[in-house]
Amino acid sequence: MSSRLPRGGRLIDRARPVAFSFNGTRLKGFAGDTLASALLGSGRSLVGRSFKYHRPRGVYASGAEEPNALVSLGTGDRMEPNQRATTTELFAGLEARSQNHWPSLETDLGAVSAGMAKFLPAGFYYKTFIQPRAAWKHLFEPVIRRSAGLGPAPAAGARDPDRYEHFHAFADVLVVGAGIAGLTAARRAGAAGARVLLLEQAPHAGGRALADGGRIDGADAHDWVAAQLAALAQMPNVTVRLRTQAAGVYDHGYVLAGERVADHTPGDGRPRHRLWRIRAGHIITATGAIERPLAFAGNDRPGVMLASAVRDYVTLYGVSPGDRTVLVTGNDDAYRTALALLDAGLTVPAVLDVRARAEGPLAQAVRARGVRVETGRGVALAWGGRRGVTSVGICAQAGEGAVLEEIGCDCVAVSGGWSPVVHLWSHCGGKLRWDEAAAMFVPDPARPPLNHDGRAMVTAAGAASGALRADAALADAAAAADRVAQALDLSPSEAPAPRAETVDEAAPEAVWMMPHGAPAALREKAFLDFQNDVKVSDVQLAAQEGFESVEHAKRYTTLGMATDQGKLSNINGLAVLSQSLGAPIPQVGTTTFRPPYTPLSFGAITGAARGELFKPVRKTAIDGWLAAQGAHWEPVGDWRRPYAIPRPGESVEDAVTREVLNTRRNVGLLDASTLGKILVKGPDAAKFLDLIYTNMMSTLKVGRCRYGLMCTENGFLFDDGVVARLSEDSFLCHTTSGGSDRVHAWMEEWLQTEWWDFRVYTANLTEQHAQIAVVGPKARQVLEALEGMDLGRETLPFMGFAEGTLAGIPARVHRISFSGELSFEVAVPAGRGQAFWDACLEAGAAHGIQPYGTEALHVMRAEKGFIMIGDETDGTVTPHDLNLGWAVSKKKQDFIGKRAMERTHLTDPDRKQLVGLATLDPAEVLPDGAHAVEGAPRPDGIAGMIGHVTSSYFSPTLDRSIAMALIRGGSRRMGQVLRFEVEPGRAIEATVVDPVFLDPEGERQNV
Amino acid sequence: MLLLTCPCCGVSAEETEFHPGGEAHLKRSGPGSDDAAFRDYLFARKNPRGVHFERWRHAFGCGKWFHAARCTATLEVFGTYAAQTAAPPAHVLEAIRARRPDWISEWEQDR
Amino acid sequence: MSETRIIGPERRGMIALRGELGDAALGAVVTEVTGVAQPDVRRIAEDGDFALAWMSPDELLVLLPFEQAADTAAMLSSRLASVHHLAADVSDARSLFRIEGPGAREVLAKGAPVDLAPDRFGRGDFRRTRLGQVAAAFWMHEDAGFTLVCFRSVEDFVARWLARAAAPGAEVGLSD
Repeated sequence: MSSRLPRGGRLIDRARPVAFSFNGTRLKGFAGDTLASALLGSGRSLVGRSFKYHRPRGVYASGAEEPNALVSLGTGDRMEPNQRATTTELFAGLEARSQNHWPSLETDLGAVSAGMAKFLPAGFYYKTFIQPRAAWKHLFEPVIRRSAGLGPAPAAGARDPDRYEHFHAFADVLVVGAGIAGLTAARRAGAAGARVLLLEQAPHAGGRALADGGRIDGADAHDWVAAQLAALAQMPNVTVRLRTQAAGVYDHGYVLAGERVADHTPGDGRPRHRLWRIRAGHIITATGAIERPLAFAGNDRPGVMLASAVRDYVTLYGVSPGDRTVLVTGNDDAYRTALALLDAGLTVPAVLDVRARAEGPLAQAVRARGVRVETGRGVALAWGGRRGVTSVGICAQAGEGAVLEEIGCDCVAVSGGWSPVVHLWSHCGGKLRWDEAAAMFVPDPARPPLNHDGRAMVTAAGAASGALRADAALADAAAAADRVAQALDLSPSEAPAPRAETVDEAAPEAVWMMPHGAPAALREKAFLDFQNDVKVSDVQLAAQEGFESVEHAKRYTTLGMATDQGKLSNINGLAVLSQSLGAPIPQVGTTTFRPPYTPLSFGAITGAARGELFKPVRKTAIDGWLAAQGAHWEPVGDWRRPYAIPRPGESVEDAVTREVLNTRRNVGLLDASTLGKILVKGPDAAKFLDLIYTNMMSTLKVGRCRYGLMCTENGFLFDDGVVARLSEDSFLCHTTSGGSDRVHAWMEEWLQTEWWDFRVYTANLTEQHAQIAVVGPKARQVLEALEGMDLGRETLPFMGFAEGTLAGIPARVHRISFSGELSFEVAVPAGRGQAFWDACLEAGAAHGIQPYGTEALHVMRAEKGFIMIGDETDGTVTPHDLNLGWAVSKKKQDFIGKRAMERTHLTDPDRKQLVGLATLDPAEVLPDGAHAVEGAPRPDGIAGMIGHVTSSYFSPTLDRSIAMALIRGGSRRMGQVLRFEVEPGRAIEATVVDPVFLDPEGERQNV
Repeated sequence: MLLLTCPCCGVSAEETEFHPGGEAHLKRSGPGSDDAAFRDYLFARKNPRGVHFERWRHAFGCGKWFHAARCTATLEVFGTYAAQTAAPPAHVLEAIRARRPDWISEWEQDR
Repeated sequence: MSETRIIGPERRGMIALRGELGDAALGAVVTEVTGVAQPDVRRIAEDGDFALAWMSPDELLVLLPFEQAADTAAMLSSRLASVHHLAADVSDARSLFRIEGPGAREVLAKGAPVDLAPDRFGRGDFRRTRLGQVAAAFWMHEDAGFTLVCFRSVEDFVARWLARAAAPGAEVGLSD
């Protein structure tokens, strides 16, 4: 059983105990502990249950690669599942819960017996439980969902109380990883004059050197690390950031990194996570290497751990993973673990080395301390209970697993060799090569990811490039930094590279299955992917069933698809696959490395964009007043506009009816500020607008307005609005509310990229003016009461505009109407908008003025048969389809969309055309989008569809429902009754009528 | 995420400041053009694996359109240049040729 | 610590002036009317209440006292009658924020994809970009404070965004 050692632990402060809880039990650790080291120090070797079989699992690693020790952290709104205990810093009050078990971690009724496990092989969900189909939904899926999986999702009502943010950073050289290689690279790049950003995922620098010690440049490695950090702190061009993990490398030196700002100090007011959006001239990945597990039967029992993790816990945290540790290895490095254990006063009953000889200095040192070293040996089987391993059976590695001897132990330290962390190198296209001697994939410097200039964007340094030993890593990192400095046209540092004193290590031997000839009974208990419960037998089954591509085998078995993304399992898995296929490892290849390296929180990805900052909401100058009136809002483009302004106690529907009737009978007030207003000016402005609009704008007289249509080159209508000619060379083009930016960009695109010889400038003045529509029979009386302008019928006729002052406010008054009523749209400076609105309300009080919203606007325009972009148009509708052929010039030689209108499909008389609809039952309102059907149903039961409803309302003015629709050959169908199937077995019938329901002569607005 | 240099204001900025505009150097077919030419103008777009000429707008910056010569396979940017041209300028063609000696330029064939 | 003060939204007179910036006649009129020399590319020239900012190869932003904007725009237009140009009062279309204090660069860097290191962005530099999801422009004053301009319709959003980015505890700490 694991325990806290009486002394030692480089990273912990024994003077500062820290209380925390695990599954409700209060436990104690020390400042500097990870949750994993604190749990082990408290004797908790069982920390979770596995994903599929609910097998008991313990801490396996000491870093980001941890597959087993996933816990739910925090409670209530701060509960977060699937957090790695090995990278969770301990803090006072931390609350952790283990996952995936019921009723408790110790007694899990979901545990799958070895016998049952036979029925859950690779791909079982593809081939089992398929029939009968109903059983899947009601029986199998619920059972599997309850038993499989990791931590629970936060409660539905939970709201993350923490803050998150983004931060844009720039560097000439980004160094990832502050181990000895990263520190060296950062220092040298900094000394060369580069702006350097050094990121380290852990709360401390040093990487493996902290545990593995040794001497660098004559100093103890950990002192050397401290000296490098101090030196970097003195360099103004170097920034060092701890707790920050580079999660992904993207095109052109773009890197996303997650900073865990306040995970260990929750609620202290700082943002919890910060997403660094980094643009680097060059990236040096000094991300180290990860030790590989060994595949033997029972290798997932609590107490089986990576050899490097065992010595991390002993050296860095003063924690004993077990009293008696059997070391199983195929390399010399792992002997350091035996030495660390011996130094701590613990027992190493045996070292099992798969190699025929173990004569390196490290092995000799272990032997010299009286430890039994068995060569050519491996583990046939690890025995144990739910608390963990109790013994291992020794076997010949070359054999089939006959147990030669059983050795009692409570910890098994395993080392299958090391894999460089090549993720960041690979994310953006860096290629790997297989190093046969070291049995590992390493970055191939000849095929790096490329930057915008076509040069290498990433350089791997130190262990991440395959230079596993300290001396090699330092030399490699120094050389990497110097190459990068040169590539950036900087003078490389002339200081000598740091030198480490290291001992020789004999050649390692890769082991993919232990023992080599293990029979099925053992292979079925040898785990490759601990988190997804994928065993050696599963990968072999996948190969046997034809899933030969590594990507297929991965998906079939789910190997490497868990939250750890196979950091421990991928290489072992593809080696097993390669053996099963009889193909060499480099031919089988790796699966694709994709960001992020470890999961980023959704909060970090979202940054500030949540709650009130989720999305910008554009507000007009009248927004505050409308909000105070309790307006019922709707989004229009990025704006919010009042759908209606209900009175206290009034329903929204009733408010719309009241607003329509009051505007038609008295006078209404509409905030139309969101309409786009684009100034087009220049000697060629008229010529330009003749090309932009389908109608002729050059003939428009100064002081007059004209309704205009804009089409795409496809001939389809995409925006409309009123154009006012301000002077001979300047026009004000009104656009739809959602269209101002789009139309302005459209105009600029044509001016800049096609007609760049035109002398025309544009300016988007949408927000400069508040635009307020005063609408209704009494509109003129209201505005005349404001004093300042003569708005009489003769002075300002329909489709005219005038500039002057109303209520002391500079105003441009357009006499245009979208309702069919007498209507004035008044543009005033936005800053005076509210004052003008107030003045209108005051002057209009005697005339019954009431504000109205967008729904009343819609109802009134529909009563008049006016189209609305986005309702009657959908990007496939021409002006002619909407009976707007009158607004398409036949005289102009060219305009955008003219050529397309000559295409046969656009001149087809059977195209859908806009019609009005009067339901036979005047009280029945057609649903928007309802389809008109005609003729006998097809064999599939669906009748032929001939068109659809584009707008539909109940008209308070006419006291009946009205609708517009696009119907095939619609103009030839006047008087026909169409059938709209609104749901199975229910149809609404409506008569095709003219879409202008109210005042076709236009008498109401012509007063 | 691409890094592009706007030739109009000189800013090197990330892709989020820009708006893509598809293939560059299209020739507009207006009224009077035959159906095939108009179809190609509307719909036929090159989709090469390799050197490509594109339109971009510095939408969150100076607002100007410009052109970029880019490799669609490696994302290497050979150069950016003003949009007010019917063909890539010589210095851009030279930059492409320096990096892609085997590239066959339709622009130079025409000359 | 990187204490940061956010002041605003404020209004200031602004005129969008489009024209051939190299045109001598246009340059002369602009400098005469504003008293400010034309700025270099992506720079702002400030002199008292007036300033000229380089917006694009054919656009300047004239900054001036709010009350003078409408008349000055009209005056520019009449004095430039013979020169192809566009001068429009946009004072009501924009909102300004002052961002002051040693943390100002960091606050902007939380939303703008712009290299704001002191040797990359200095006094008199002017940049159009985005702040989070909205378009914005900012420049650095002689006193090392920044002014940020955004559209009026999103001033509430920007005010909240800036307050959050500058909140105590949210310092990144690079400028310490």
